[in-house]
Amino acid sequence: MKRADDFEERRKHLANLTDEELYERFWKLTEKVVDPLLELGRKNTTPSIERSVLLRMGISSLDAKPIVEGCIDRGLIGKGTGHVVFKLAKAKNISIQEAGKMLAEGKCWDEVVALFKA
Amino acid sequence: MEDKKLAPNEKLDIENILKDLDKYRPKRRGWTWRTPEPGLKMGPFTYREATTPLQKGVGLPSSKYFDWIDPQPQAVITTEIASGRFEDDIRRMRMAAWHGADHIMVIRTAGQSHMDGLIEGTPQGVGGVPITRKQVRAQRKALDLIEEEVGRPINYHSYVSGVAGPEVAVMFAEEGVNGAHQDPQYNVLYRNINMVRSFVDACESKKVMAWADIAQIDGAHNANATAREAWKVMPELIVQHAINSLFSEKVGIKPANICLSTVPPTAPPAPCVFMDLPYAVALRELCDKYKMRAQMNTKYMEASAREATVTHVLNMLISKLTSADIQSTITPDEGRNVPWHIYNIEACDTAKQTLIGLDGLMEMVQLKEEGPLRKMVREIKERACLFMEEIVEIGGYFKAVEEGFFVDSGFYPERNGDGIVRKIDGGVGNNTVYPRDEDYFAPVTAHFGYNNVAQYDPDAVDDPAKLIGGCTFEDPDKIVFIDELDEQDNVYVRLEETKEYRNSNLLKPEMEWAADGTVLVTLFIPANKRVAEVAAIEFAKKMNLEDPEVINREVMQEAEGTRIELKGKLPFHVDVNELVIPPEPHVLSDEEIRKDVEKYPLKVVCGTVGEDEHSVGLREIIDIKHGGIERFGIEVHYLGTSVPVEKLVDAAVELKADAILASTIISHDDIHYKNMKQIHELAVEKGIRDNVIIIAGGTQVIPENAVKTGIDAGFGRNTRGIDVATFLIEKRREMRGEK
Repeated sequence: MKRADDFEERRKHLANLTDEELYERFWKLTEKVVDPLLELGRKNTTPSIERSVLLRMGISSLDAKPIVEGCIDRGLIGKGTGHVVFKLAKAKNISIQEAGKMLAEGKCWDEVVALFKA
Repeated sequence: MEDKKLAPNEKLDIENILKDLDKYRPKRRGWTWRTPEPGLKMGPFTYREATTPLQKGVGLPSSKYFDWIDPQPQAVITTEIASGRFEDDIRRMRMAAWHGADHIMVIRTAGQSHMDGLIEGTPQGVGGVPITRKQVRAQRKALDLIEEEVGRPINYHSYVSGVAGPEVAVMFAEEGVNGAHQDPQYNVLYRNINMVRSFVDACESKKVMAWADIAQIDGAHNANATAREAWKVMPELIVQHAINSLFSEKVGIKPANICLSTVPPTAPPAPCVFMDLPYAVALRELCDKYKMRAQMNTKYMEASAREATVTHVLNMLISKLTSADIQSTITPDEGRNVPWHIYNIEACDTAKQTLIGLDGLMEMVQLKEEGPLRKMVREIKERACLFMEEIVEIGGYFKAVEEGFFVDSGFYPERNGDGIVRKIDGGVGNNTVYPRDEDYFAPVTAHFGYNNVAQYDPDAVDDPAKLIGGCTFEDPDKIVFIDELDEQDNVYVRLEETKEYRNSNLLKPEMEWAADGTVLVTLFIPANKRVAEVAAIEFAKKMNLEDPEVINREVMQEAEGTRIELKGKLPFHVDVNELVIPPEPHVLSDEEIRKDVEKYPLKVVCGTVGEDEHSVGLREIIDIKHGGIERFGIEVHYLGTSVPVEKLVDAAVELKADAILASTIISHDDIHYKNMKQIHELAVEKGIRDNVIIIAGGTQVIPENAVKTGIDAGFGRNTRGIDVATFLIEKRREMRGEK
């Protein structure tokens, strides 16, 4: 878009605001811009977020990657990849690290898919 | 694990830093500000805005006049260090800390922001360092030792951006990183990462940073560096700062940890302070909840380190006239891309020197309420407000980016149609955002957004990690440390290559990496720019420099000549064991000399001997106003120039002087040494030699040769009053039979 500087015209509704009123207006507008962005963050996840969850669960960066990919491939990422590992660990009564290792090695995937269908 | 403390006179032991890294835990978490000490007295001065001094450091060169005091200004001082080899950067970090840096920022290797996942090991970087857990842990471990040595906490900093932001944030939280860049707008505009992905990732990254008390720096200043006419993006800069700041605050970062990276947009020849000050005031007034990280202008920078330094000093004047919580120090070499040790140190010193020099300024000076400043401030604020209004009107942030709102070179609301355009379904990482199901669950601390913990334990809603017995944030033993993945590209291979030069007797000059051999040569060549440049390379080759490259050319006058700076590599080393190193001359303290003179009054006669009208050198040695020996209370009888040696000795007899000081500049036919011999012989003849100290000095005097003529001491070029006074005092002690 090209547009000449129409500041004098545009500013008319701001001209009579005090500095404080201008400040309030600016931050209310900013809030309108950022609120929908935060909402997206609350409702969604991404491969990186999921890998960061797995890291915090004590799973290595090398193992986190195939686990997240495995979950995406099987439509499980919406459950949370940490959830997938957690559920497998519970079901088999093994540690989070052991469950993570198995999934990273391509094992037990059918089992976790079944666990989430139940 | 017991780590040995650093000894100031010993080199940092990189091998020791790398040892047992898998077991290392950082000492602390979170950002640290300096501690103000209003009214601090150091030497003869009182400071209004200084902070707790370092226990060890290197003061400014002129601090030698004040017993090496090293007052530290209020702002945290940043230095950016990332040569591609983190092991060499560690040594530079120590040097920077000694010069006053307490915020050390590590630039990432080119392309890391597009890497989908963490990098592990210690590969070499390009234009930065590959940020890995091992590299971060090694540098944090080194900084834990360095901060103990200098006696002030050091904030360690890198970047939480790109398509692996949340993972990097987690690793930083685990490893005790204290500060990080995080701004999804940067990903979108400059790294072309999908905008939805960037903002969703940013929520998680910021939440983790909030937990770890990591200070955040935004990325708005890049608009300034990108736009053609940088000052025209001022309204947009404020908009970008506001979006990231409020977004971060709403995720949970406390305002005191939200730092706006702000650059004075212009530089001379623009009347920059007039243009930059209103912007700085407008920004600080609108974003008054947050902290200011004052960045320096790199937009209008050429290869002259001098020019860059002056611009940076002007930038700090803006910092001082407004505020700066963190003062950045872009190295003056940015414009010629030689990221060398010495320039980090220069930049830190420039900041320290300027800010201490301006200490207390605002107690005497005030920004005017009348005149152009307030009018310009208001206009910038209104333009920013209008920008934000239009973002809302058009349908929000993503829509605005699609329409090319950002980095347009027009002064908003003017639009030139050259902004950066990104599409909501484009960029790296498009289609990688997944909705969370109703039973979405993540059993970890500091997770942002929807998390159905209650399905497993309603009591764990506030502490989801409880369900796994704590995550790595509660139990660091759960962190998986990966050592090296690449057998060829790692720190041990690099250290092996330079082994010969580390902790050995072999020395090579160095600018960036151990034993790189790089040197800088400055030449004035009496020829035009093009000829000078080509000739310079030829000179360099004949100086045996390898890979010579001109890094700066400045015209003095187009026909008369050009200033050239060039770099090259020395292909040889020096063996310290083969050097003959004479001991450094020592001096007594002013205090000690004064006390001695008070107890044993000291009288000297002096003059320039022979047919010699030079007076400057001797006056430098004796005059109180040049810091000469008079200032210690020594009684000086100056006989003038062209004094016959007989007259000098007679005066010594008559005045019962303790010493004769003869200045002798002319050296033709060794006349200076002949004069010395004559003074000695005359003193013997007159029977005073045992009671009088005879000293001679001059530019051509070689001390060893002077003593051979029979006098007590000779002083050559660069002698100062204190050197002569020290000799007099010590010689008299010897004559009195004291040690």
